[in-house]
Amino acid sequence: MNSATLNGTPIVALTNAEKHFGAVRALDGVSLSICPGACIGLVGHNGAGKSTLVNLVNGGLAPSSGTVTFPQSGETRALAAGVRSVFQELSLCPNLSVAENLRISHSDLSGFGWRKRARAEILQSLDIVFPGHGIDPDDAVDRLTIAERQMVEIAIGFAPRGTQAKLVILDEPTSSLDAGIAEQLLTHIKNYCADGGAVIFISHMIGEIFTVATQIVVMKDGKIVASRPTDQFDRASLVESMGHVVANASDTAAQETRVIGAEILRTDIGLAARKGEIIGLAGLAGHGQAEALAKLYFDRTSSWRPGQAGDMVFVAGDRGRDGIFPLWSILRNATVSTLSQFGKHGLVDRDQEERIVADWKTRIGIRTNDTSNNILSLSGGNQQKVLFARALASNAPVVVMDDPMRGVDIGTKQDVYAMIRAEAAQGRTFLWYSTETEEICQCDRVFVFRDGQISAELTGADITEEHILEASFEMQEVSA
Amino acid sequence: MIRLFARHRILLPILSLVILLAATFYLQPRAMSYFGVNLLFNLAVPIALATIAQMMIIMVNDIDLSIGAFVSLVACITATFVQDAPLLGALILLVLIAGYGVMGAVIHWFELPAIVVTLGMSFVWGGIALTILPSPGGSSPEWLRSTMTVKPPVVPMAVVAAVLIGASTHVLIMRSGIGTVLRGVGGNAASVSRAGWPLLRLKALAYALAGFFGVLSGMALVGLATSADANIALRYTLLSIAGVILGGGEFTGGKVSPVGAVIGALTLALAASFLSFLRLSSDWQIGAQGAILILVLAARLIFTRRNRQEG
Repeated sequence: MNSATLNGTPIVALTNAEKHFGAVRALDGVSLSICPGACIGLVGHNGAGKSTLVNLVNGGLAPSSGTVTFPQSGETRALAAGVRSVFQELSLCPNLSVAENLRISHSDLSGFGWRKRARAEILQSLDIVFPGHGIDPDDAVDRLTIAERQMVEIAIGFAPRGTQAKLVILDEPTSSLDAGIAEQLLTHIKNYCADGGAVIFISHMIGEIFTVATQIVVMKDGKIVASRPTDQFDRASLVESMGHVVANASDTAAQETRVIGAEILRTDIGLAARKGEIIGLAGLAGHGQAEALAKLYFDRTSSWRPGQAGDMVFVAGDRGRDGIFPLWSILRNATVSTLSQFGKHGLVDRDQEERIVADWKTRIGIRTNDTSNNILSLSGGNQQKVLFARALASNAPVVVMDDPMRGVDIGTKQDVYAMIRAEAAQGRTFLWYSTETEEICQCDRVFVFRDGQISAELTGADITEEHILEASFEMQEVSA
Repeated sequence: MIRLFARHRILLPILSLVILLAATFYLQPRAMSYFGVNLLFNLAVPIALATIAQMMIIMVNDIDLSIGAFVSLVACITATFVQDAPLLGALILLVLIAGYGVMGAVIHWFELPAIVVTLGMSFVWGGIALTILPSPGGSSPEWLRSTMTVKPPVVPMAVVAAVLIGASTHVLIMRSGIGTVLRGVGGNAASVSRAGWPLLRLKALAYALAGFFGVLSGMALVGLATSADANIALRYTLLSIAGVILGGGEFTGGKVSPVGAVIGALTLALAASFLSFLRLSSDWQIGAQGAILILVLAARLIFTRRNRQEG
């Protein structure tokens, strides 16, 4: 059992907590208890289950099995038990003032003169956490900088709000703060924990984790794989316990000999690709990979003139949002971006359309007996195959893929890997953003992103999970 | 200067109203009197109330295309039931307010687009109104008539009413706790709900408030017009939307200003009189009114854009 017992009754205790989303086990039997005074540094790769765990603790999700209890307060609701969350995505109301935002999360502030009290409370909290912050509680939040908004959000998290904050969950709290302000926060966390509060601290800055955490919990594949006091970890052992070895799979991929041609593409942030190359975009989710691909693609297109995008096609990962047309058939979904290739006098050549789709149906293995069925009759993996067919059926030399394997089963993945390699051998270039290390290891060259910048370029045998993790996490110390 | 206007969004609506008012007085100095001002603005009172109603809906990121038909229906009920059987009339009006709240709850619960539901409801309100008053008629209850034509000392009724409406809704929406939470729903509904607020109830409350001000608008209109017809306030739908936006509100994000909305409604009412004083042919008046609207909105856009560039 992975439990963190320091002293006293735990504020929150999870026992064999599981959370399933359909067939996906986001959290696979986690036991953890957090006592007053503990600062838990929660680390893990994307999709390791960190946010699911946090959402179980703060009551945002109910466990599929197992229990979440709050022994210290005896309450059943996380809010009543003094559990506060500061989320990574900014969750303030931008149209309200700083003090009014406190009102939203503090419903006891009411009656005559509540504004004055709200102002005093938020100002006091800001002063404690970020001395010298210079934020006016009457300013509307949308007039503040991103860093100031983050500071306000953290201050609201630590504000007493009628009771007392017992456990504060901070999800990447320093991502938009500069070093000096981040240092103030880390100091406050230490003081807060010394006074009997508890903190769950999620960060991709390893230095910060080592500075504040009393205990580090490492998650992987929905499980806690390591949970030890901070002094029993060092950087190397921490990165090692986060990753897992997938070397043999990548070896075979790299073994194939392919002719890689001249450079055909280079962007201002340094992303480059050669003809016939499979380029991987790695790093933690949300560090600018999808934006880089979108910019690359949309810079080639025009909203007025058609045909400009002919040399590049896009495979969407978020199928529901920018992939499928939910009311259309499989056939129509597959051909929508290539219609102009077999149009005649502005009309669609229906026969040729059907021939092409039938061809791709067998080549790519779309499991359906009739392509005129609605696209939603397919499983997620097969819907994704349709999107691949849509892209590959064009004669564009560059294929941009934005994490296309989300929710795709392992068999389909293997099919798609093989297909991508075959297409690359014929001279197509692939730019592939993925959050899965296994997929990144299929690539010839990998750019690791951090904070919208490329932090490392890896090739050949250097493409390993360790190297990618190293480049994704900021390794240097937090400057004092 | 630009910073000042961008920071205090209320300044631009005030400035627009002042300029328009100055131009009106210049064209027609006789309007600069107790009687003249009342005449210029008394029809703005029901428009201001309808604009406040619209603002409640825009505040929670929806839009109400039924407010004009709703105000017409209220006018018909006021001119018939409230006049003949006050208790039954009051009951019907209360049911209508509750109906608005239910409409908000349904829109939220089934995640329906408000624009479609309210458009549909506008035909329902219109149909009921036609059933009640197939042809123009009815009469205003005496107490309502005398309330709307009261002559307070020094300042005319229309101005007093506008100040009262602006001040009371300002306290309700901008100062009170519940008003803050309602604006929060428009700003970031997810965070409001995460803080433990019941979104469904808040949405229903916003709609019920809109219904309440819609009822006040219809009653004020009958008090001024002394009779009603089923189409009496159809143009209020678009006027109210324009009023909210003119007053510094935004279609999304919970950015609204009750005082601004009242000023926006006054500006719209004044624009019509101003164009008459210009002796503009009535064929051109609607187009000219639109042009004034576009002018003010363009000015605001320039201020907000500049401000964003400066950061």
